Amino acid sequence: MRDVAVVAFAQSNAATDAHRNEVEILMPVVTEAIDRSGIGRHDLGFVCSGSCDYLIGAPFSFVQALDAIGAWPPVRESHVEQDGAWALYEAWVRLQHGDVDSALVYGFGKTSMGDLSEVLTLQLDPYFVAPLWPDAVSLAALQARAYLEATGKGERDLAEVVARSRAAAMGNPHAVVHEARSADEMLREPTVVSPLRPSDCPPVTDGAAAVVLAAGDRARELCERPAWIRGIDHRIEAHALGCRDITRSESTRLAGERAGVGDAPVDVAELHAQFSHEELILRDALGLGERVDVNPSGGALAANPMMATGLIRIGEAASRVSDGGARRAVAHASSGPCLQHNLVCVLEGE
Amino acid sequence: MGAHRCAVVGVGQTRHKAVRADVSIAGLVREAAMGALEDAEMEWRDVDAVVIGKAPDMFEGVMMPELYLADALGAVGKPMIRVHTAGSVGGSTALVAAGLVEAGIHERVLTVAFEKQSESDAMWALTVHPPFQAPLVAGAGGYFAPLIRAYIRRSGAPDHIGMMVAVKDRTNALRNPNAHLHLPDIDMKMVEESPMLWEPLRYLETCPSSDGACAMVLTGERVADGAPRPPAWVHGSAMRSEPTIFAGRDQVNPRAGRECAADVYAQAGVTDPRRDLDCAEVYVPFSWFEPMWLENLGFCAEGEGWKLTEAGATAFEGDIPWNPSGGVLSSNPIGASGMIRFAEIAQQVRGLAGGFQVEGARRALGHAYGGGSQFFSMWVVGTDKP
Amino acid sequence: MSARSEAATDSLIAHHVLEFPGGYKRSVGPVVGRFLTGLRDRRIVGVRRPDGRVLVPPTEYDPETSEALGGDPSDFVEVGPAGVVTTWGWVAAPRAKHPLGHPFAWALIRLDGADTPMLHAVDAGSEDAMATGLRVRPRWRAETVGHISDIEAFQPEGGEPEVGEPEGGERGEHVAGDGEQVTIMAAPIRIDLDVGAGTAQSKFLRGLMAGKIRGQRCPVCTKVYLPPRGSCPTDGVPTEEEVELPDTGTVTTFCVVNIAFSELAPEVPYVCAQVLVDGADTALFGLVAGLPAADCRMGLRVRAVWQPPDERRPSTECIKWFEPTGEADAPYDAYKAYL
Repeated sequence: MRDVAVVAFAQSNAATDAHRNEVEILMPVVTEAIDRSGIGRHDLGFVCSGSCDYLIGAPFSFVQALDAIGAWPPVRESHVEQDGAWALYEAWVRLQHGDVDSALVYGFGKTSMGDLSEVLTLQLDPYFVAPLWPDAVSLAALQARAYLEATGKGERDLAEVVARSRAAAMGNPHAVVHEARSADEMLREPTVVSPLRPSDCPPVTDGAAAVVLAAGDRARELCERPAWIRGIDHRIEAHALGCRDITRSESTRLAGERAGVGDAPVDVAELHAQFSHEELILRDALGLGERVDVNPSGGALAANPMMATGLIRIGEAASRVSDGGARRAVAHASSGPCLQHNLVCVLEGE
Repeated sequence: MGAHRCAVVGVGQTRHKAVRADVSIAGLVREAAMGALEDAEMEWRDVDAVVIGKAPDMFEGVMMPELYLADALGAVGKPMIRVHTAGSVGGSTALVAAGLVEAGIHERVLTVAFEKQSESDAMWALTVHPPFQAPLVAGAGGYFAPLIRAYIRRSGAPDHIGMMVAVKDRTNALRNPNAHLHLPDIDMKMVEESPMLWEPLRYLETCPSSDGACAMVLTGERVADGAPRPPAWVHGSAMRSEPTIFAGRDQVNPRAGRECAADVYAQAGVTDPRRDLDCAEVYVPFSWFEPMWLENLGFCAEGEGWKLTEAGATAFEGDIPWNPSGGVLSSNPIGASGMIRFAEIAQQVRGLAGGFQVEGARRALGHAYGGGSQFFSMWVVGTDKP
Repeated sequence: MSARSEAATDSLIAHHVLEFPGGYKRSVGPVVGRFLTGLRDRRIVGVRRPDGRVLVPPTEYDPETSEALGGDPSDFVEVGPAGVVTTWGWVAAPRAKHPLGHPFAWALIRLDGADTPMLHAVDAGSEDAMATGLRVRPRWRAETVGHISDIEAFQPEGGEPEVGEPEGGERGEHVAGDGEQVTIMAAPIRIDLDVGAGTAQSKFLRGLMAGKIRGQRCPVCTKVYLPPRGSCPTDGVPTEEEVELPDTGTVTTFCVVNIAFSELAPEVPYVCAQVLVDGADTALFGLVAGLPAADCRMGLRVRAVWQPPDERRPSTECIKWFEPTGEADAPYDAYKAYL
């Protein structure tokens, strides 16, 4: 496999970006990532993006996003209707071919325009489940309770995940949640779908993220400390909640194993846990012990620009490697109800 | 492309119809996938990864359907990617799948594309627009018909060329049991008398709306060498995109299409496509796109495409048959149409095209395009290893 | 924000409803059909896997082996109707689309005889009444059609009568099945969004409301974009310089539409054209009227026909259509580069 590294990352999040449409949000983020990479826009070998038509309520919504990148002369470009993390995977695969040395990856989503939790219902089995309209928070609650009852953990454990994430978010200029709160304070909130409270759920966010990948010596030329992708893998599980063990994330475990998470100690992990209990499930699946710094960015509980959130985990983990804060980092991205589809990426300094 | 060779060893597709009322969405996709596995004589457990593509989710009202389809496609415990590049998606999906094999990441990849657009309505789904954007009240035809007029003006083509393509492709479809439209009486008069929808395009010069799915099994060299039926080897593959609207854009002969073709030809060692290739499956949803794409894909000089069509060069008996399967004009499950082109051309070089086999086809082009003629994906496949 | 902009920088926001009129019509296939037919008959049916385990609801394909399930009628097994809650969550404030209009629990319920739980609502009355392990029974609607909501909700065993009045939920119009077997399911889906036009588009539309056509010039290539998008798609840079343009232009190409495809469309036949407004470097899509459709031609010189000022809203419909100015046609060379 050809060595590929993250050489630049940029993001922009707001609780509500009412004034700008997706392209207007995305363009400065893409420009910033390209500028930071040091690669000329026209020298990028491949472009891949992740986004979702349903967030905008119109088909082909990714087409207008092309305007943000200046696709002229014509570019090698592709798109997945999944989180940008999967677009990054496709770009990583593309770079293995050897004919191009760099790639731009981006993801974006405005969740303030609609009711995201309800929109996600459309991902569900169209015959048996979707017609009942169980929204994403409701499904997460089912998994949360199952997990707590199986492990003996409690709502306080969830609140502590949130408290820690919010405290971390205070140091993240890209977080949209800016209020640290204690577990006790949060436990006084009434539940929204028990056992989950509003603070256990991700914040409404409008945002975008972009990553530049480069291969081999090109990465070394561009970046003092590239964050090398040492392993990357993704796996999907059965769709029906009843057909899988929702107290564990088997696909994360498998993807983590294939990506080589357990091969050496992990310093930092950025996990795409949209709900507090998901972090606990994912830690278990990846075998992350107490010494691992989980979600120093605050994670998805700090900012959740759907379709970019997973890509941001990779960018944040890469940044911890590039700034010297971590020798080895793990990034995780998730898609689908109750952690159905998971991607794991291991990043290391040289 | 890539260090590892890639080949198509299995192809499956549904019989495309206006409405597949006998199956669920999973059932439709499964049919094509099973066909491909059976052709390859493989089991579900043999598949390492699944790459699925389709057009906008609004067609079926199921968001990110790879999640619901994981079980149906044997993807549980495996990697699964869902590609969406507008109308070219069927092609790009195949290329993403081939890319996994060429990069040496997986040995056997199942790739599927589908649309069950009868669950809603294609015109509606294509013309949904958010507020503040001008609606495409006349649909896709209303968008492309003006470009066709521009082509006719630029090239000086006579009026009957489009109708010739419509007759040719539907005649070819009569030999293809999977094609949606079987119009045994099709002739120039029938096309000419059909209603003029978006002048200059008539009803019978327009693609149908179909439910359908297509699938392929792509493998590396070692597996392909042991395949039960002849493989189609990938000789070249490429994707290009350009923005929808920009100053100075040539919408009739887009540069992205020309450059994509040049790239794939360079990889495949094709210098004169008309001579070096034996046939092509090209995304022609409206009749006049055949002469336009003949020029865009370098089969002739600019302005000359209509002459090739008129001379019968692209007919089944011609020297460079285009769309021997009947093409998009005969079957159009939108998300699958691009992959059907790629799959049908693979069948040609495998010698497995049955009643519409182009004799002696050994190297051929598969093409898909989408959006405002802005997304292109293409591959060249051959009977021999590259 | 650019100091040159005149209009307010707030984005226009409008409500957008994404809904296929009449609802999706889903054919369900034999396995799902068997389950829905069972529901219509107030039975819950699962499918038996080769290893004997029973999946409820019956999935068409085995999640472990990928093999097709339910190929034989004897593969289908009636389960329940009662079962046990394996996990749940209490909904304090139900949404409009939820099955019930008062607080209820979502739950995974493993029916007696089933090896997998199914998802549904439990009308337990209060959160205190819910627990993992609670035994529940389905409460059926008075009228069943072959839909998951034929079960209005589950309720604790020993509770109220099992046939109730419909309360919440999204069923759509009943679509009759094929005699005995249910083969079609109606799926009304509606998503509501409040969509913003964004900064550039908002400025443009406010300009239209004021009877002005304003493009934007790219600082790099100097081309004038109409409609303006806030960015140059070839240079990938923001565009801010506004350029006021006249409301005259040239038809570069067009088609005559003879079939009414959309209720938004004018009366057929009508002309759909690309109009190159004087001074712009990109053509607009617009309608052309004021002459017989058959007389429209490339090169036709046109002028915008505006809605009366008091009728205008911030929308491209401020320009109703373009009509001939009466000038001589523009020569082909003048616009051929814009085709």
